[in-house]
Amino acid sequence: MGDWSVLISIGLLGVAYGMVLYLISVGLSITMGLMGFVNLAHGVFAMAGGYVTVTLMNKYGVPFFAALAGAFVVAAVLGLVLERTLYARLYGTSDFDQVLFSIGLIFVSIAVVRHFWGPLTQPMRVPAYLKGVIPVLGRDFPSYRLFLIGFSIATIAVLWVTLEHSRFGAMIRAAVDNRRMAQSLGVNTSRLFAQTFALGSGLAGLGGGLGADILVIAPGYPIQYILYFMIVVILGGLGTIRGPFLAALLLGIADTACRYFWPEAGAVFIFILVFVILYFRPQGLLHRGRA
Amino acid sequence: MSALEHFSAPPRSLLARLLYGVRPWEALPWLAAIVAFFLFPGYVPIFGQILIMTLFALSLDIVVGYCGIVTLGHAAYYGTGAYTAGLLAVHGWSEPISNAAFAMAMAALVGFVTGAVILRAHGFITVMLTLAVTVTLYEVANHTGRWTGGDDGLRGIDMAPVLGRFEFDIYGDTAFFYALAALFLSFVVVRLLVNSPFGWSLKGIRENIGRMHAIGCPVYRRLLQAYTIAAALAGLAGALQAQTTQYVALRALSFDLSGDVLVMLIIGGIGRLYGAFIGVPVYILAQDRLASEDPANWYFWMGILLIVIVLFARGGMLALAARLWDRRRSDA
Repeated sequence: MGDWSVLISIGLLGVAYGMVLYLISVGLSITMGLMGFVNLAHGVFAMAGGYVTVTLMNKYGVPFFAALAGAFVVAAVLGLVLERTLYARLYGTSDFDQVLFSIGLIFVSIAVVRHFWGPLTQPMRVPAYLKGVIPVLGRDFPSYRLFLIGFSIATIAVLWVTLEHSRFGAMIRAAVDNRRMAQSLGVNTSRLFAQTFALGSGLAGLGGGLGADILVIAPGYPIQYILYFMIVVILGGLGTIRGPFLAALLLGIADTACRYFWPEAGAVFIFILVFVILYFRPQGLLHRGRA
Repeated sequence: MSALEHFSAPPRSLLARLLYGVRPWEALPWLAAIVAFFLFPGYVPIFGQILIMTLFALSLDIVVGYCGIVTLGHAAYYGTGAYTAGLLAVHGWSEPISNAAFAMAMAALVGFVTGAVILRAHGFITVMLTLAVTVTLYEVANHTGRWTGGDDGLRGIDMAPVLGRFEFDIYGDTAFFYALAALFLSFVVVRLLVNSPFGWSLKGIRENIGRMHAIGCPVYRRLLQAYTIAAALAGLAGALQAQTTQYVALRALSFDLSGDVLVMLIIGGIGRLYGAFIGVPVYILAQDRLASEDPANWYFWMGILLIVIVLFARGGMLALAARLWDRRRSDA
């Protein structure tokens, strides 16, 4: 006790973890708020980004940043194609159909990934210039995690500015608040949905690639981490971009602290906490708009 | 269905509820089970598994088909039943029927407590909570390996003979009839329930929850009661599984199992009680044939099948059959 550099270390690791969770989940929050689609398969896009990143780097020697860009593009295109061909047919159907569809998509993605990459986890090889440690307040801290925090903050800043100050962002916010009204004002909502879905999927892919050493890339990915993505969205509130940021940081830090101080409990503590929160706030912690 | 049904009341006597709308073909699954037992002795252990999973899927049908709740965590109650039965047996309580009854009670208790939270939420938050329950119990079982065997599963279950006479044998004959009896009794209970005023209020909640609130139906309490009953039946299925295979795998509490049983029910069709009787045998027999060679491909085709069902065949095989039947009749 008293050694509070441990706390700093946990805090920094937790923030890095939270950043990854946020990048992956923010798209889910927006698309769920916008289209009301229960997309349990969102992790598939993050997994796609992860596989693209590690494969480009490990197998084809593509530089790190180019691989990340590749992850974003591939996941976005995948999202766009699936949205136009499949998701769009299911808008407005019951939660049940959407959940079933998501599970189907998860099954297919797991089988495809296992077929081409095998069942083992894909190692993330951090580029040499991001290896090693940097001393932070008397503790050695992995420089890749620090880079991760910085890179995420930059990405998130771009995202927030885009959504707050561009025409595209204004249309999204209008459609989240009142889709019919936005539509009658001339917003092409179906195109907006496709664009937003692609953006959300691309960000998930970027998060999946960036966080490949935190959320390990393996075929079980979409199932293993789905609860974390959902928790971020639920606690943060649907259709917002700031709520999930707070929720992701909280979850990242709490989960890291939990695993450090009470490793044998695993993730149980977090789930019980979420249970208690949702018992008192069934609409989420920072509820806004329609659920 | 005739318009008259909307105005009629549920049948009054127990016998009338049991026989309400009964059709001759409803004897088919039970006859098929008996015939299959005598025709394919080598498959009897698998048939026993099918019966147990059918019971599990039937309990899921109460939650999904009658309460209209989307759940990805029904394995939580199955696993609770399985681990309770298994742990009791390991510590000496090996009389099967009382053992299963206790396991049912435990599953009902867990169902009641978790259901109280789950049913308060709406939409996809419900889905997430059901998932969280299963994952939490899975982690608990995984991290208390001293008692549960953790990843290796729970071994050393040794059951006494059923009713003091019928030993569980390696051919699975006892297990088959034991599971068949349990499934039949459970089915009778479920049939009584869905045709009682209680069952009708559940259907009302599923069809129009706002109106049920308006006519003074205690919606939350009804749903919680149904959820608890479903959990108890799932627990019974888990207990049967533990008793007949004398082993509980950690998978009993997993998301995978929740997903599998949901798929089985969907294939058959939800909200019809008989969906489980169609979907489970189809799924398990197909899996037995196809998946042993290539499990990854199995999940690929399962996924495709789910997407196709959602896009083109809502309601599963029974609904598809009903639609074809209606068309044929209207053509005639």
